[in-house]
Amino acid sequence: MIKPLGDAGVRVSFGTEISEEVHRQVRAFTSVLEREPADGIIEWVPSYTAVTVFYEPWNLSYKEAAEHIEKLLQLAEEETIPEGRTWHLPVCYSSEFAPDLEGISESTGISPDEIVNRHVESLYTVYMLGFTPGFPYLGGMDPGIAVPRLTSPRSSVPAGSVGIAGEQTGVYSLTTPGGWRIIGKTPVKLYDPEREEPVFLRAGDKIRFRAVTKKEYEQIEEEINKGAYEVTVEGGRSS
Amino acid sequence: MSGFKVEKQGLLTTVQDKGRPGYQQYGIIVGGAMDPWALRLANVLVGNPDGAAGLEITMMGPELVMTADTKIAVGGGDLSASIDGKDIPLWTAVPVSAGQTISFGKPRSGVRAYIAFGGGIDVPEVLGSRSTYIKAELGGYEGRELNKGDHVSLLPKTSDVPRRRLHPSLIPDYDKTRPVRVISGPDEDLFNEDTMSRFYESEFYLTNEVDRMGYRLEGPGLAPEKEAGILSDATTMGTIQVPAGGQPMLLLADRQTAGGYARIGTVIQEDMPRVAQYGPHEKIQFSAVKVEEAQQLIIKREQAFRCLMKLLHL
Repeated sequence: MIKPLGDAGVRVSFGTEISEEVHRQVRAFTSVLEREPADGIIEWVPSYTAVTVFYEPWNLSYKEAAEHIEKLLQLAEEETIPEGRTWHLPVCYSSEFAPDLEGISESTGISPDEIVNRHVESLYTVYMLGFTPGFPYLGGMDPGIAVPRLTSPRSSVPAGSVGIAGEQTGVYSLTTPGGWRIIGKTPVKLYDPEREEPVFLRAGDKIRFRAVTKKEYEQIEEEINKGAYEVTVEGGRSS
Repeated sequence: MSGFKVEKQGLLTTVQDKGRPGYQQYGIIVGGAMDPWALRLANVLVGNPDGAAGLEITMMGPELVMTADTKIAVGGGDLSASIDGKDIPLWTAVPVSAGQTISFGKPRSGVRAYIAFGGGIDVPEVLGSRSTYIKAELGGYEGRELNKGDHVSLLPKTSDVPRRRLHPSLIPDYDKTRPVRVISGPDEDLFNEDTMSRFYESEFYLTNEVDRMGYRLEGPGLAPEKEAGILSDATTMGTIQVPAGGQPMLLLADRQTAGGYARIGTVIQEDMPRVAQYGPHEKIQFSAVKVEEAQQLIIKREQAFRCLMKLLHL
């Protein structure tokens, strides 16, 4: 389904529910779009179920943009999706970084250690980036540890905090207000304006969390501050 | 070549340009001037490329002491700009010398003004733009608003221009008595017909919660039929989101790249200059327009602007 988002955006939707299949279609479409953007297309924003394409109306009318997208949708059916990379992020789940771990344990009846085990076990898919630069919306969490957002958001959640909101998990990339339930913290900066590539994650990448002790966390943080830490990554570039 | 020193801090003064497109898929917002046309027009008046960086001034302007001779042009809202206490006209290039003071007074109309300086503001380009994104401390002057004591440099002038005044036909339409035109959707199916007509027939008021990210509006409830939370999805400049409470939010330059509320519609680009000039508690009304009509309007404006640039050899 193709619809306008204002006079310089067009949204193509692939479904209404989060699923691996819808995500596959989103990725196939962005993959062909990257190869064959029409003149006048500026950028695009993939989400859980849709891709919104932004364009310059003086170079491409809505009708032309929609026609181009129709064409790409056909090509996307044959598209082989590039393999995403897998990033290994160290996370310290110690209580000082995990203000909501006890609460989640109480509401789910699962021990804090077991919640951490389950959180570390899954391989997560980056469905989209947003909210703040480099904030990954991750799918693939064990539904047993799903909990709703806080009823009233915190006024400040530190950058690096790992949170749960429903069946989603994610990592705060900036210190901002936020309502996700916090269970840990990574010293890795998902967003760093000083870095050549301020955001290294891409939609379609995978993330695996690795539990580290407070001491390891501090060591890694120190290495990061010295510019000596490299995040472990497997696989080629997704885009 | 130097630039100016901030003598008094205004309410919110930031370095802005046309914005930082191309990185939204990584969650990096476009940002840029709230009223990009005002800044682009002010730029060409002083002989700059339209993407040069200038200052966005909000409601109560700063006091700036020049440390270089150059030309400036002020566009957008009328915040009583003056040089050494003498009023200067909007949409006109005027010379200014080192030692002279640029200041602002009472807002006469609108809430945001733009100053273009000959050469443009010299701050590092970050991801292709000089615009300030305060929340991420990205771009602009050290990623923040200007404070008293800051020294801001200008780039060398690329072309010298005689005193110029903008032809009135090129000035954006700031008439706030007219409804702001909106293209419905993409989530219009989440609202029933009554709600859609209420949206287009009612008066809304800006609340106190207005900033570069967006305006919270107050008016008759527009609660979506179904659960208001949609899966996080793209928004753009002018998108109007409606949370479960039914009170709309109009998203602006520093909006997040994606939002999780039903999008009832998006304001057309042609009407964004006047949207950028609304202040707290002002009345705003919306009317529906088709995407084709909206595109004709913006194409016409862009073409007229390009003719002007050609005429000025920019």
